[in-house]
Amino acid sequence: MADAPKEISLTVDGKKVTSPPGTLLIEACKTVGIEVPSFCYYPNFSLQGACRMCLVKIEKMPKLQTACTTVISEAMTVTTNNEEVRQARKAMLEMLLGNHPLDCPVCDAGGECELQDMTFSYGAAESKFMEAKNHKDEQQWSPVVYFDRPRCILCYRCVRVCGEGMDVWALGVQNRGVVSVIAPNKEDHLECEECGMCIDICPVGALTSGAYRYKTRPWEMKHVGTICTHCGDGCKTTLGVRRAESGLQIVRGDNRDKSGINGDFLCIKGRYAFDFADNPERLKQPLVRKDGRLLPATWEEAFELIGKRFSEIRDKDGQSIGVVGSTRTTNEENYLLSKFARLVLKTNNIDHHRTADFPAFAAALAGKTDRTASMRDVFNAPAILLIGNNPTDQHPLLAWQIRNNVRLHRARLYAINCQPIKLRRQATNFMEIPSGAEGKVAAFLAGDDTAADALTSATASRDGWRQLREKLRTEQNLVIIFGSEIRGNDLPTLVKFGLAIPGAKFVCLGDYANSRGAADMGLYPDLLPGYHRVADAGKFHEEWGKIPSAPGIALPAMADAAKTGKLKGLYVVGANPVARLGFDPFAFSKSFVVVQDMFLTETASIADVVLPVANAYEKSGTFTNTCGDLQLLKKAGEVSDTKPDFEIIVRIADAMGFDVRKLVPFGTGTRADMGQSRGAQSGEADRHAVWLEAHGLEPKMSPFDPMAILDEIQRLVPGYDVSQINLLSGNDQHTNLMSQSAGSAAHDGSLIAPANDDLFTSGTLGRYSRALNSVIENRHLQPAETEVAAD
Amino acid sequence: MIIDFRLLIEDHGTSTIKNQKSTIKNRQSKMASLVSHPDEVRVVSKRFGQGATSIDRYLELDGYKAVQKALGMQPDAIVNEVKNSGLRGRGGAGFNTGLKWSFVPKQSPKPKYVLCNGDESEPGTCKDRLIFEHDPHAVIEGVVIAGLAVGSHTGYIYIRGEYRYLSEIMQKALKDAYARGFLGKNILGSGYDFDVYWHGGAGAYEVGEESALMESLEGKRGIPRVRPPFPAVVGLWGGPTVINNAETLASVPPIILGGAEWYAAIGPPKNGGTRLFCLSGNLARPGVYELPMGYNLKKMIYEVGGGIPNSRKLKAVVPGGSSTPCLTADEVDVSMDFDSLMKAGSMLGSGGVVVLDDSTCIVKFALRTMKFYQHESCGWCIPCREGTDWLKKTLTRFHAGGGLKKDIDNIQYLAENMLGRTFCPLGDAAAMPTIAFVKKFRKEFEDHLEGKPCPFEKEAAIEQLPVMA
Repeated sequence: MADAPKEISLTVDGKKVTSPPGTLLIEACKTVGIEVPSFCYYPNFSLQGACRMCLVKIEKMPKLQTACTTVISEAMTVTTNNEEVRQARKAMLEMLLGNHPLDCPVCDAGGECELQDMTFSYGAAESKFMEAKNHKDEQQWSPVVYFDRPRCILCYRCVRVCGEGMDVWALGVQNRGVVSVIAPNKEDHLECEECGMCIDICPVGALTSGAYRYKTRPWEMKHVGTICTHCGDGCKTTLGVRRAESGLQIVRGDNRDKSGINGDFLCIKGRYAFDFADNPERLKQPLVRKDGRLLPATWEEAFELIGKRFSEIRDKDGQSIGVVGSTRTTNEENYLLSKFARLVLKTNNIDHHRTADFPAFAAALAGKTDRTASMRDVFNAPAILLIGNNPTDQHPLLAWQIRNNVRLHRARLYAINCQPIKLRRQATNFMEIPSGAEGKVAAFLAGDDTAADALTSATASRDGWRQLREKLRTEQNLVIIFGSEIRGNDLPTLVKFGLAIPGAKFVCLGDYANSRGAADMGLYPDLLPGYHRVADAGKFHEEWGKIPSAPGIALPAMADAAKTGKLKGLYVVGANPVARLGFDPFAFSKSFVVVQDMFLTETASIADVVLPVANAYEKSGTFTNTCGDLQLLKKAGEVSDTKPDFEIIVRIADAMGFDVRKLVPFGTGTRADMGQSRGAQSGEADRHAVWLEAHGLEPKMSPFDPMAILDEIQRLVPGYDVSQINLLSGNDQHTNLMSQSAGSAAHDGSLIAPANDDLFTSGTLGRYSRALNSVIENRHLQPAETEVAAD
Repeated sequence: MIIDFRLLIEDHGTSTIKNQKSTIKNRQSKMASLVSHPDEVRVVSKRFGQGATSIDRYLELDGYKAVQKALGMQPDAIVNEVKNSGLRGRGGAGFNTGLKWSFVPKQSPKPKYVLCNGDESEPGTCKDRLIFEHDPHAVIEGVVIAGLAVGSHTGYIYIRGEYRYLSEIMQKALKDAYARGFLGKNILGSGYDFDVYWHGGAGAYEVGEESALMESLEGKRGIPRVRPPFPAVVGLWGGPTVINNAETLASVPPIILGGAEWYAAIGPPKNGGTRLFCLSGNLARPGVYELPMGYNLKKMIYEVGGGIPNSRKLKAVVPGGSSTPCLTADEVDVSMDFDSLMKAGSMLGSGGVVVLDDSTCIVKFALRTMKFYQHESCGWCIPCREGTDWLKKTLTRFHAGGGLKKDIDNIQYLAENMLGRTFCPLGDAAAMPTIAFVKKFRKEFEDHLEGKPCPFEKEAAIEQLPVMA
């Protein structure tokens, strides 16, 4: 009889509870709103039974039982709140506080400490303890992790998140009895991925962040849940923001809000690398080149100059302005930039730093919906095929999802890589292949047996490859994840293989926070938003007005065109092609170059006008992660005298005499601004008001509100028609990747330049993060194996 | 053999090296003098002092006959024989051994194991040591029979770290047993394979707890495991595991040879057989005596142990190792079996009978006991880790003359709040005797109050610690 497992019924505090067999009592209690306190119990990690806070009375049991280790059984009768239980909890807290330093007034965790909360809820008002407390000095374990032993309650959460969750195993327990202590497994320092999850998961202030400790109190900050601006995974990070001289200063990043696609996870970048925002090198006023030197100027001066020069170039030479978009600006900004280039500059010369072949991916899916996997799918899939990339370094969240899917759901991981990547430890099958042979894997999987010749090695025989292919073919709902190694013609080959597997879904890995969004929003010389070919007539032509229909030139060609004098203007929004893509800086010496950036990068230093911008933490909008999950950015910080790219683009259009109503459809459609872009306390609304007033515009309907263009994106970009209310309330919404024009022209694969960031680098941005740099420097001081041994 | 009470009380567990040295010295000087008494029924100790460490001698003294017999029996029959004998775990908990064996699943995808728990560390207990020293083959034989009963092919004999000097004896015994075909492939030509390995501990009382012992054996920190699953289902290396005390396993061969009925009849109902009682403390003839279960404690003290020397009076008895609640002089007319002692509010425990005369300071004894548990707590759970430390600190101050009236209640409060709430029984082991000391000897605690020096000592304090008001 293959009946579905029967639900188990039990009684807790007189309430009837029904839960599936195997449910832990502590979880079953939650379902009826009964809180059973605990320190050491943490969902999805191994059971400890160590803190004894969850002791409850179960009928017919002589002793109190731990609800965290008890599996429910039929007709169990549980009491969670009688005198005996209350006394047990109280005594447990009394004993914990016996040796606790009670330094709450200076402790980082004060105000958000589970021990405090528990003591208030269940503890004793007075201490019976009068002996000298055991003391141990605080220790620094890494540039970003500090440990205060006296505060530690030994719940072992840090040990488990590091070992079980991260597969890093940098933490352990030393000694025994009352001198038991959490300690790094490597002498006196952590040899780890510096993710800082041990800090987040610590219920007390024992583990503290090197970047945040003793800076402020939790109640002095505003907590803003936004999306990390670093890699393409799109973790939700909660930023703690405080008023500062320069505006709104971000003082902390953490993961207290578990609602994001990252659940419990956050890596070093999401947690610490917000600090580029107050790097002293941050540009805080526009720079205009005068007599060969970049000198401070006013915004008005800058806009006037840009408007004049861009208009001249456009009117005289037509297609002679190049536009370089960003992989770290919002979808709204990218869409606006795409529209601005075509409509205002009247050019298709627009491109961005490509890190994945999204157009080929969109084309290969050939309009099939539900074939892209969300980040949540990766955690739940029964099987995963991973080709290329090293997610541990380049996509830490994706690696976490895969690793924990294997650990918690026993998913099968088939990993194919040219290096012995760390995820091989979780792999059911790991096949090491020669470097650059990923395309052959696609060919072999799709049925080309001859391709196996190039793949056989000591660990992967021809038979092994055949068996792997057979196994994959029998999988259902397989998630196929591939790095940028799979591009061009290999990509449709792999997709063809995958589409034959029932329910299979794909993830195409792009490197930066909004690489996918940049592609989806049409930062291509031949593609409009939604991978719509510029040559094809369609709704963009109808809706936007007259736009050029011949494809423009791609990034490398822009440099060539500038050299020959054909490209007379270059507009770079948040990109650094000189450093990242090897642009010849002298190629543009005769062009008028405008760069929007936070720092005087290699590209900015060749500009004629440099405009200081707000970063992704300082504005609202949306990002699309590499899986296609659309998420809302909320404005957290602010630095005076910088402007969001969105506002700047609108202002340039205005300076060029363009009617901004035609660019940003503000005041029409659903009013989307939930007050996030405005920053009510910041005075931004008032600053806008002057300009708005001068233009006879209703102050509240702002064209600088990026949400004003979200309606248009949702209407025109296929797959983006997700629930707006869900999106705006901070939920991730998976977009369906659809190519409007089936079979887009194959792109030149050589235009893809993977970022190859590791855990501690993040393109140009990473160079300005003190936290990342301190870790890198520290690792140079302590050269170590690249991998932390689990075995 | 005689155990020096002071040695036991002062040095046990605090310093491994010191302890080992003194124990070795003690052993060398005292080893020859095994004690005896006419009331003894020698079942486990019958080969003591007869050179049974030599396999030939062991064979002469009915050695390995039980295995031969067991090889001809159905596994269920062996289990039933042991079950019916009323043999209960000699490690302290007193669970029916045969019943424990019957919980092991017949079919298992993972190998099954038999573990001999020789991590004897309870203060006052020194019986397994004698078995290893005088009759190591009996343990091996017991392990093999347990293996036959549950269908296991591998056994481990885990010996306490501080008993390292016994490892040579055990290793030699194993080597000899292999050489004679009692272990290894096809034992005694039966077609049954059985391997036994020796493993030494690293010096932790906690590892005497069965699941912590498995962790230790697997090379991890010696901390207990979450249960269920119980070892019989998921034990060593995840396989079904039978784990028994060394004395329990050494009792198995005689049961197989002599039969369940004979063994059960030695003791009172449900408490079959004999028990190695380790008499120590203020006695004229301390030592390890094998007496029938249910032997009267008073008789044990005054007749077997020779009574209290130096015309002193009996003050209290710790009946089953330091973790059991003490009995006062009025309570000693009790039958020494699991059930009777339970009724008397104490436990038979591991058979370590520690006798205290009226010159003993109960506060100091409580402190010494707590020092041991504070030192040995593995630190895994809050009540044991923090409770034992707190109690040790308070008792230290208290005994040094810095006690306050409320401390007496606090000590009892702490111990009562540890009891039954810790992750493993170590917390209970620390709490139970403490509660009994305070309840039964409250007067002695009160005599230490108000800065008064310990009434039993000339010097005021055993340790000079700051006295806190």
